[in-house]
Amino acid sequence: MLAKRIIPCLDVTNGRVVKGTNFVELKDAGDPVEIARRYNEEGADELTFLDITASSDNRDLILHIIEAVASEVFIPLTVGGGVRVVADIQRLLNAGADKVSINTSAVTNPQLVKDASDRYGNQCIVVAIDSKRVGDHWEVFTHGGRTATGINAIEWAKKMEAYGAGELLLTSMDRDGTKSGFDLELTRAISDAVDIPIIASGGVGNLQHLVDGVKEGRADAVLAASIFHFSEHGIEEAKRYMKQHGIEVRL
Amino acid sequence: MSVDIAVIDYGMANLRSVVKAIEHVAPALSVVVTSDPVVIAEARRVVFPGQGAAPDCMREIDARGLRQVIIDAAHSKPFLGICMGLQVLFEHSEEGDADCLGILPGTVQRFPHEAMVDSAGDKLKVPHMGWNNVHQAAPHPMWVGIEEGARFYFVHSYFVQPTSPDVIAGFSHYPFPFTCAVATENIFAVQFHPEKSGNDGLTLLGNFVTWNPGETESACDMTGAACA
Repeated sequence: MLAKRIIPCLDVTNGRVVKGTNFVELKDAGDPVEIARRYNEEGADELTFLDITASSDNRDLILHIIEAVASEVFIPLTVGGGVRVVADIQRLLNAGADKVSINTSAVTNPQLVKDASDRYGNQCIVVAIDSKRVGDHWEVFTHGGRTATGINAIEWAKKMEAYGAGELLLTSMDRDGTKSGFDLELTRAISDAVDIPIIASGGVGNLQHLVDGVKEGRADAVLAASIFHFSEHGIEEAKRYMKQHGIEVRL
Repeated sequence: MSVDIAVIDYGMANLRSVVKAIEHVAPALSVVVTSDPVVIAEARRVVFPGQGAAPDCMREIDARGLRQVIIDAAHSKPFLGICMGLQVLFEHSEEGDADCLGILPGTVQRFPHEAMVDSAGDKLKVPHMGWNNVHQAAPHPMWVGIEEGARFYFVHSYFVQPTSPDVIAGFSHYPFPFTCAVATENIFAVQFHPEKSGNDGLTLLGNFVTWNPGETESACDMTGAACA
């Protein structure tokens, strides 16, 4: 039976892993290659790297990191952050990424998703959706959560599926960094609206939140950062907990 | 000089992961990524990866003049197909109504929308993406050191349906049983990605680089050539 995936996320800036609250106040969490190695040994099902480097000067750092990780870690690697044109995707794939996550550029240029998926296959195109509750619905935000788009998140998810996204990485901006759990309503609404896998992200503070994301949010994978980075919980511990709660996992 | 392992490049896959993983398990062997029919023809072993859509794969194979050398390799030396490199070995794919290489009798079909619910009645997503159990249909040198039911990483929307059950080397469930590994004399081809399947994937690749078809199964010659 297909296992639900646990994906540790490494936010990388200037060659270091960091973690913030609500996309601000960054805290250093260590060396990305070392952390990737450790997560692999602990049984991570995939790894996601988000390059949040602000200046373009240090953009190539992520390529070196991915190259180093891909030489010794043989599980799927997703990389996102700053992907604007097809050539950016090519560079990341060449460095050893298996999937590339597109966020802001999918909104400013949806054709990029279509072109990239036609060229490299939908299996390697992840569309990241940052969403915030606005009134009675959820809206898509870009630029790390700073820019409102007016786009309805559920409609956007369906559109990105039609454009060739192989998977959606859904982050609740209301929950990210708060440790209060996923936005389950949002996760479930999007998971029910599309046929492609959904990765739930944003807000994990304890292991029960991971269980809830799968059971109530109907996520196919759960992504978390801080609970793993600061060794509050190990990945194997998280998987055992999920298994005890009736979720199929890879142990 | 002939290379140990040729990884066929027809423009339809990110081959870096495959090469890195093979180099990891066989640091002493020469591994080249190539679209040169001569290099492929002379290589001791051939890896045939692939991603993307079947019609594009077939078009790119023909655009590079690789059809015949792939067919020859699949009949003459240790040959490992991965993902699309499994699917296009068959006669026809439902994906884009594509005629494929026809090395193995059978077809390739999409996970049917109406069948994609689990035992609890919940929707199953397509692509089938993630780690699933691989059941070994029969003992094979490629399975050595890998536990029955071990999990491998999959990402695909289509699966193969061989005409002859004799070639089925492994199967998985999503939600129904489907063939995820096939074996003939010297072909071993898998739907999952051994290069992305952690230690079990590396074990399988390690088995491939030492696999001598015919050595254990029959009395034919030991040089790695196909049994007649």
